[in-house]
Amino acid sequence: MSKRIVIPLALALGVLGLLYVGLQMEDGGLPSPLVGKPAPPFELESLHDPEERLTEADFIGQVAIVNVWASWCDSCRLEHQHWRALAQRGTPIYSFNYRDRREQALRYLEVFGDPFEKIAFDPQADAGLEWGVYATPETYVLDAEGIIRYKHIGPVDARVIQEKILPLIEELEAGQS
Amino acid sequence: MIGRALLRPAQHHRAPGALAGLRALGAVLLLLAGVLVAAPATAISIGQPLEFETEAQREQYYTLVRELRCTVCQTETIYESPAPLAADMRRRVYQMTIEGYSKNEVIEFMTHRYGDFVRYRPPLQFNTALLWVSPFLLLVVGGVAWLQVVRRRQQMAAHSDLTESERRALERFRRGD
Amino acid sequence: MAILVNLWITIDMLGELGNFALILALCLAAVQAVLPLIGTALGDERLMNSGRSLAVGQFVFLLISYLILTWAFISNDFTIRYVIENTSQSTPLIYKITGVWGGHEGSMLFWLLSLGLWGLAVVLFSRALPREMLARVLAVMGMVGVGFIGFTVMTSNPFERVFPGPMDGMDLNPLLQDPGMIIHPPLLFIGYTGLAVAFAFAIAALIGGRLDAAWARWSRPWTTAAWAFLTLGIGLGSWWAYYELGWGGWWFWDPVENASLLPWLTATALIHSLAVTEKRGGFKVWTVMLAIVSFALTIFGGFLVRSGVITSVHAFATDPDRGTVLLALLAITLLGSLALYAWRAPKVGLGGAFGWYSRESLLLANNVLLTVACAAVLVGTLYPVAIEALGMGKISVGPPYFDAVFMPLMLPLLFLIGIGPVVSWKQGSPDDTYRQLRWVFLVCVLIGGVWPLTMGAWNPLTALGLGLAVWILATAAMDLGKRIQRRQNQGWSVALRGALRPNFFGMHTAHAGLALIVIAIAMVNTYEVERDVRLETGETATVRGYDFTMLSASNVRGPNFDAQQVTIEVRRDGQLINTLHPQLRYYHAKPQMPMHQASLDRGFSRDVYVALGDHLGGEAWTMRLYYKPYMFWMWLGCLLMAFGGFLAAADRRYRMSKDRRRLSEKEIDRSDGGVIEDEPRPAAGTVSSSSPS
Repeated sequence: MSKRIVIPLALALGVLGLLYVGLQMEDGGLPSPLVGKPAPPFELESLHDPEERLTEADFIGQVAIVNVWASWCDSCRLEHQHWRALAQRGTPIYSFNYRDRREQALRYLEVFGDPFEKIAFDPQADAGLEWGVYATPETYVLDAEGIIRYKHIGPVDARVIQEKILPLIEELEAGQS
Repeated sequence: MIGRALLRPAQHHRAPGALAGLRALGAVLLLLAGVLVAAPATAISIGQPLEFETEAQREQYYTLVRELRCTVCQTETIYESPAPLAADMRRRVYQMTIEGYSKNEVIEFMTHRYGDFVRYRPPLQFNTALLWVSPFLLLVVGGVAWLQVVRRRQQMAAHSDLTESERRALERFRRGD
Repeated sequence: MAILVNLWITIDMLGELGNFALILALCLAAVQAVLPLIGTALGDERLMNSGRSLAVGQFVFLLISYLILTWAFISNDFTIRYVIENTSQSTPLIYKITGVWGGHEGSMLFWLLSLGLWGLAVVLFSRALPREMLARVLAVMGMVGVGFIGFTVMTSNPFERVFPGPMDGMDLNPLLQDPGMIIHPPLLFIGYTGLAVAFAFAIAALIGGRLDAAWARWSRPWTTAAWAFLTLGIGLGSWWAYYELGWGGWWFWDPVENASLLPWLTATALIHSLAVTEKRGGFKVWTVMLAIVSFALTIFGGFLVRSGVITSVHAFATDPDRGTVLLALLAITLLGSLALYAWRAPKVGLGGAFGWYSRESLLLANNVLLTVACAAVLVGTLYPVAIEALGMGKISVGPPYFDAVFMPLMLPLLFLIGIGPVVSWKQGSPDDTYRQLRWVFLVCVLIGGVWPLTMGAWNPLTALGLGLAVWILATAAMDLGKRIQRRQNQGWSVALRGALRPNFFGMHTAHAGLALIVIAIAMVNTYEVERDVRLETGETATVRGYDFTMLSASNVRGPNFDAQQVTIEVRRDGQLINTLHPQLRYYHAKPQMPMHQASLDRGFSRDVYVALGDHLGGEAWTMRLYYKPYMFWMWLGCLLMAFGGFLAAADRRYRMSKDRRRLSEKEIDRSDGGVIEDEPRPAAGTVSSSSPS
């Protein structure tokens, strides 16, 4: 075959192949460049007590989950049960209350339960920007040294908990002891 | 890499009363802005006038907000996006600009948190090498193709198409007689 | 039977009728794709002619289907899902009618309708075509019809019912409730589907094994017309984005915009390459390739917009199934055409010889630049997908990249536009060009150099852009002037008529249109001013000598929205220019998504533009004030370009009777360039000056 045909054919097949692969791709959200990096610093009020200051040091010390949520966020409500369940397991779950009002956030916790060890109140998304938050809810897994090991964007479901988060936590905790 | 001061937003960024009157607060601060150049505590809304110390800073800000992509709406720059995240990013870009950070430092700050995805001007690096090289490559291929075709047609003109006397006339003409 | 009658009474069956008409059109298209081809194989005249009535029938049923959907919109038939999603009781009538193409399914139906319309046009205007050719063209149109109607029926049926229907619909997307949206998508779709005709001609020629000058001449007006529609569509789209998306931008390098630009670039190349094929019999294979690629790119565009592979503001509700079917269509088109091409192309001759400096070589350079530009935009659009597919991260390719790549490729092209029309076919002479154009060149350098000074500050890029634009305008004017001069002895009316011959004058008009666009871009990119301000009633802000005074703020009610409106007086040197009313609109259907409705005063050499930001409480508002120089020239340029295209497409030369055409085919067979060119080029002192007439 002459190159008159081979070249266009190769180009056509290349583009078609790429589009086919593109069609099969799942949108997993943005990969976070923070995975593998230390938890970014912040300094915020505690949601429960405006006098209490929280920093990243409060989240570090053992394998932990950091969740970003807000009372206005419907999909946060969806995943809330999982945090309640996970909290009983003993793994500390910290959280950022993101771009919210204090009264509403507190009422939300009253109604749906409060599984969070500590909650940093972040009404202006100051910490949010540092942590690369772009859509609530988001969930991070920190190891004992405070390195971000995993990030999930969007509500977690039972599958994510069972297949990703729990195994990772167990692995990290095993490595720790 | 980037100043610690930046990573820990200064106190005045967290205004008391928090979210109760985001807009009212903005208005108050705007009044202040006339008096002293202070970074706005709240997100920067679209069309909000900003004070800069120098023209260079103004230009840097407006260049940057046009080159950073809003990660929520995904098809808009933070300059035009109405999303709250874009407003936060505008604020951070503004703060960093008036605090004297260079364009590259601001971009690095954002990339560090949100990945290369936020850069509408892709950086020249391993995974974008082909992207930046391809236009030149394509142009070279096109140029070579042009040369080849033209040379072939020229030879046709010299050999096949013309009668003997015409070709001699052409030769004469080329010599410039 | 009784049940059927009952059904008919209880529910309005019109929707089902629309669906039925659509399926009938599909059947007709399928027959149209086959019968005429059998006819050409058997030499059966009746079968060959069947394509014509089938194409008409296909159009009629598509029209019925389309009208029924429109009626469903007007009559608020909220049992049809598509109607629910795209209109509401309070939607104004005009946006009910245009809302039909506001969503995916309806826009597909409009796409089909315009495809049918082109089929009808081919039947009406191609009586002069040889029977076999017409039969093949219509058969290919039938195949295209089968593909697209099939796609619509299978994955995007606009007549799908919902029982029980809601009381009211969800209204048309507020962004689309705008005059610019009334005509822009239809024009784009007509442009896209018009390229199917160019494709059909190319495939028909390949099937028939006759890739000759006659084929090029037949397909030229169709291609040019499709191109002109596409130009208008893109221009109006940009015009709409400029004031409706707010914030003063007019081109965003959004994937969907790129999807319309890509076929436009190849279609532009195609128009120019067709000129060579028609006049000199050259570039045949390349021309066929461009026709195929242009059409394939329209499908590709559909894929981008409708599959969800790439996110975009303009993307329709996406669905991977649609993506799969469209990808299959694209694959069939590309691979089928290539197979045919592989079978036929090697038999195609090379066409006439030409020198390194000739009209042909310059048109080839034009094609190279346009193709490279198209490929670069394509690479930029698909690169993030490729990188993600390879697991190499997620990146963005945006306006800074496209600007950096696209502009440098366009600059030499603009320069060539000035030279191309004055260089002879076959062999030109650089010396001759130099002699003809040196003064023009100087004038351009001068004007380009001085013009930016009128804006207050000099800028080299602006000067270059303006110089090139003036270059195009001046060379076109010179060329026209020469033509008139040369015929002056025959009297003015003859001279004018000769010089203003549609396809010739159309070319220069289109080029001049491009020059105006270049002027606008050069000016607005450098000299636009924008200011974010906070205004209270009675306060004034000044942008480039224009004083914007806020008079009042009020609440206004639209038919299906509430708005906060600010009244602003624009004055210059104390003189009132205009009173503007930018709004922040809250559409009832989507109150959480307020729309910034900009308000502008358009002028000959500048627009002033106000977009309302946020209410700051009390009487204070933030807003963006813009001074945008020469924007009017951009839209005028687009109109001129399209007008030039229509003019050229309407040239009677393309619709000659069979006898005259046969005559001119003989002329072509003598294969000496200048023949069809009615005008002897001034002898360039080379062998090319042979010319009858």
